[in-house]
Amino acid sequence: MQRIGQISFQAREGTTRRRTLLAYGQTTLGHLVGYATLFFVAVISLLPLLWMVSTSLKEFGREFLFPPQWIPNPVVFGNYMTAFETSNLARYFGNTLMIAVLATLGTVLTSSLVAFGFARLEFFGKRVLFIILLSTLMLPGIVTLVPTFVLFRTLGWIDTPLPLIVPWWFGGGAFGGAFYVFLIRQFMLQLPRELDEAALVDGASYFRIYWRIMLPLSKPALAASAIFSFIHHWNDFLNPLIFLNSEEWRTLALYLRFFLYTEVGGGAGLTRWNLMMAASVVMLIPVLVIFFSAQRYFIRGVALTGIAGR
Amino acid sequence: MALADQPELPRRRRRVLLPGWTWRETQGFLFIMPWLIGFIVFIAGPFFFSLYVSLTEWSFIGDIKWLGLDHYVRLLSADDPRFVQAVYNTTYYVAFHVPGVLLISFVIAGLLNQKVRGIAIYRTCFYLPSITTGVATAVLWFWVLQPNGLLNNFLDIFLEPLGVSGPNWLGSTSWAMPGLIIMSFWTVGTTMIIFLAGFQGIPQHLYEAAEIDGAGWWAKVRNVTIPMMTPQIFLTSVIGVIGSFQVFTAALIITDGGPADATLFILLLLYQMGFRAFNMGYASAIAWVLFLIILFLTIVQFLSARRWVYYEGERA
Repeated sequence: MQRIGQISFQAREGTTRRRTLLAYGQTTLGHLVGYATLFFVAVISLLPLLWMVSTSLKEFGREFLFPPQWIPNPVVFGNYMTAFETSNLARYFGNTLMIAVLATLGTVLTSSLVAFGFARLEFFGKRVLFIILLSTLMLPGIVTLVPTFVLFRTLGWIDTPLPLIVPWWFGGGAFGGAFYVFLIRQFMLQLPRELDEAALVDGASYFRIYWRIMLPLSKPALAASAIFSFIHHWNDFLNPLIFLNSEEWRTLALYLRFFLYTEVGGGAGLTRWNLMMAASVVMLIPVLVIFFSAQRYFIRGVALTGIAGR
Repeated sequence: MALADQPELPRRRRRVLLPGWTWRETQGFLFIMPWLIGFIVFIAGPFFFSLYVSLTEWSFIGDIKWLGLDHYVRLLSADDPRFVQAVYNTTYYVAFHVPGVLLISFVIAGLLNQKVRGIAIYRTCFYLPSITTGVATAVLWFWVLQPNGLLNNFLDIFLEPLGVSGPNWLGSTSWAMPGLIIMSFWTVGTTMIIFLAGFQGIPQHLYEAAEIDGAGWWAKVRNVTIPMMTPQIFLTSVIGVIGSFQVFTAALIITDGGPADATLFILLLLYQMGFRAFNMGYASAIAWVLFLIILFLTIVQFLSARRWVYYEGERA
């Protein structure tokens, strides 16, 4: 083995010079094509979002000008005022924020508790239970849609935010919640065992170890979970659609759909695309702010689990 | 992991949940208790209850009437033309969406891995659409797919010289589905990030060895990159199939299944049956058929994985 390694090492030494000379032209050409493709795809990725912002600043009736007008003339910032004034947008924003924050809080607190149990403690059936936990990630959530509706209806929780919050206080017991347990557990497994073993010898309880040692050290994983969870709940549409129906608890997602339907239903020329895009931008802003301020946690979370958030 | 290696710890008073359990084991159970309760109440319980409901006729308000397998017979004997249509549409969508997303994100991640300058900026650009999924982007794409919307404006650059104009995406039974599929490609970002992480984990010496053997660009991709990436390809395709069989939000908002059921997905039919027509039994049966389809495809993928997925360290 070592001999082969030596030979390949020598061979590499020998070919380095020739390779760079030969490959130089190819590499630059390849790089150019690569850069061009990347640039093109990046533009395509961003165009619809830019178009959204641009349209939200346009005067009513000027949304469909051809050729497309990227910089609105005139720029109407008032669309945002109108969007808030002509509807309860502020209330819907508040509803969505409350649901997303409370669900996320529950997710992070209880998932980390369960993750600690799976990462550090030994008990009968742990392996089997962990496999069950992971397999709930593979289950399609729709199978339980009808029964959970029945459950929450029996509890009298329909048309309250409770069905969207309470299941997330059961450490990954909600559908898709196992993702967060998995993420935090993977992170905790990487932490050195000496830390909690030392604390154990000093007489600390497991809960104390969890709360005082593991939780502070797992901050990156907790942050990643919190971000995934917040964005999931902020964007969620199916669950609010099924569990909420009054205007009082309407979320931004429900409102946008309601707005689209009433506007498009109002006749072709009457659709106020500019206001609709303004409301959409309002919905996207918190997500974008979080994304740009915590991007590294996203990337890390995806890399750690190999799965994206649910 | 080995508990036996641990030093003898100061013993507390032994309290037990079940006979024969140490306090340590009991505590382990207490830590995972929230999940266990949640799992039983919100997942396992509803899971079996829905199986029961699927064997009944129930509109939610009246009594439950036992039907046996009637719903399943109706679904599986293709007696309901809308269900057949929904299965066809969903398969159509999955067949283009999953391979498309894998291919596009593989190429982009591969390009990003070439030590590109400004990699962080590009990564952000590609990932951005993935986190903005949901209603806001569905509304946006409703607008982009209008006959005089952004997509057709873009296509006109190529089509106008030919004297053709872009299709009326959402108004045509043959173009509505391609429109939704194109929209779905917009969110390749998450898969791309998973692939990028995979690319960065491929040991450089494999490429060097291949180069010594005289491998060109394509040979390296074919014989090093793709085999080393099979775990990521496998995982994303399993998750992609599970997720895309449950496509819902975009279709409900943009087309609501139309025109003429051309974009009626299984989940959309389930929603209409259960929560608009209040036919809970039938909706649950649809859910179970969908579940079995997904389960079958997942098992097939896992079985086939033995043939083509390479885990390093497994076969040394």
